[in-house]
Amino acid sequence: MIARLACAIAALGLSGCAAVFTPPQTATLQATPPADLPARAERVETPFFPQTRDHCGPAALATALADIGLPANPDTLADAVFLPSRGGSLQLEMVGGARRQGAVATRLPRELEALLREVAAGHPVVVLQNLGLDWLPRWHYAVVVGYDLAARELVLRSGTTQRETLALRTFEYTWARGGRWAITVLPPDQLPATAVETDALEAAVGFERAAPPARAALAYRTLLARWPANLLAGIGLGNALHAAGDTAGAQAAFEAVALRHDSAVAWNNLARLRLDAGDRAGARAAADRAVQRADAAEPTWRDAARATQAATNAH
Amino acid sequence: MNKAKRILTYVLISSLVFSGMAQAAPTALISTEQAAAALQAAPRSEAHARLQATLDRADLAAMLQARGVSVDEMRARVDALTDAEAQQMLTQIDQAPAGSGDVLGVVFTIFIILLVTDILGLTKVFPFTRSVR
Repeated sequence: MIARLACAIAALGLSGCAAVFTPPQTATLQATPPADLPARAERVETPFFPQTRDHCGPAALATALADIGLPANPDTLADAVFLPSRGGSLQLEMVGGARRQGAVATRLPRELEALLREVAAGHPVVVLQNLGLDWLPRWHYAVVVGYDLAARELVLRSGTTQRETLALRTFEYTWARGGRWAITVLPPDQLPATAVETDALEAAVGFERAAPPARAALAYRTLLARWPANLLAGIGLGNALHAAGDTAGAQAAFEAVALRHDSAVAWNNLARLRLDAGDRAGARAAADRAVQRADAAEPTWRDAARATQAATNAH
Repeated sequence: MNKAKRILTYVLISSLVFSGMAQAAPTALISTEQAAAALQAAPRSEAHARLQATLDRADLAAMLQARGVSVDEMRARVDALTDAEAQQMLTQIDQAPAGSGDVLGVVFTIFIILLVTDILGLTKVFPFTRSVR
């Protein structure tokens, strides 16, 4: 127990000192591989964009985008995600760059097993590695496209190497030093196999900012298919449909959320849409519910709900 | 003629009646981000106001100007932050030792991040990165 704790502490805080051991997640995977995880998988059809200069970020992003059939040109992407003064790309630029190209970039759990499960599900994974040491970092983006548990190795599209094989334990060290950062880059009608609800939601909300409204609506629908009870995805769906000009669809979405969650936001937005559509009585009923709910449990929306109520009572 | 006049009258009346609403309608919906912020963090106004207040500091303004960035530009970028991101930055600033140069360091990091991208999905661990080879 104490040994395990010490190991965990070493992995968290002093990964340099843990170098003589097999890192914890690799050890767990090798000792007790999950029964439902294939022993090996590789997505051979994932394209490859050899990296030029410091452009590992744009190259990795292009690889992931091209894999799902989206436009991917590392040189164009470099303009969007490369930061010359730093000689590299920020993680959030990678996420934003993917969104601007029409893909949903979702943060994965910080577990090696999650990466393998995504690859097994046919999703390449963009990872950030620190190939150097904590005090002498050499940052690098690569794309995990395969693994072989028996051979204890990962397959990556990395730098100028089309098919780089890296020992699982080496990868875990470099990945842990990079903060265990990993994303999938997927079209809005697909979800990563392993992402948790909050990360998937964050990805969808970010996607709504950057993507055409109809695509954002699709992302929310996909999320709701897996997590039907997600309140914000329901509200997002309503807002995205409204932005896309689908008023009837937006009303239906808000109505569903309002009835399911008794959410002041949903009642408020429903009232506004009904008012726009000329349904004054329906709007008033929804606005009354919004005020009721805001007073009872969601004081943040008290003013907004009252304003909506006043609008339905005007004239 | 009479019919046309009547239609015109209706159009004029409804445009008068709805002119106020028509303008208000697109913004009247509560956005997904606002809803998310209410569930997860402090109200938008508060987080943003505190970030904007940070920009009032003279030493910070001087530092930004030395790097060729106007404070107004920074203000515009803070406005563009989502509620969650503003909250995250506040947390980072709050965690830095108060009143020391570290606050400037944190804010400068934020500035770099803000400068290069539309802010979408901040990760805490490594705010910037240099690639190898």
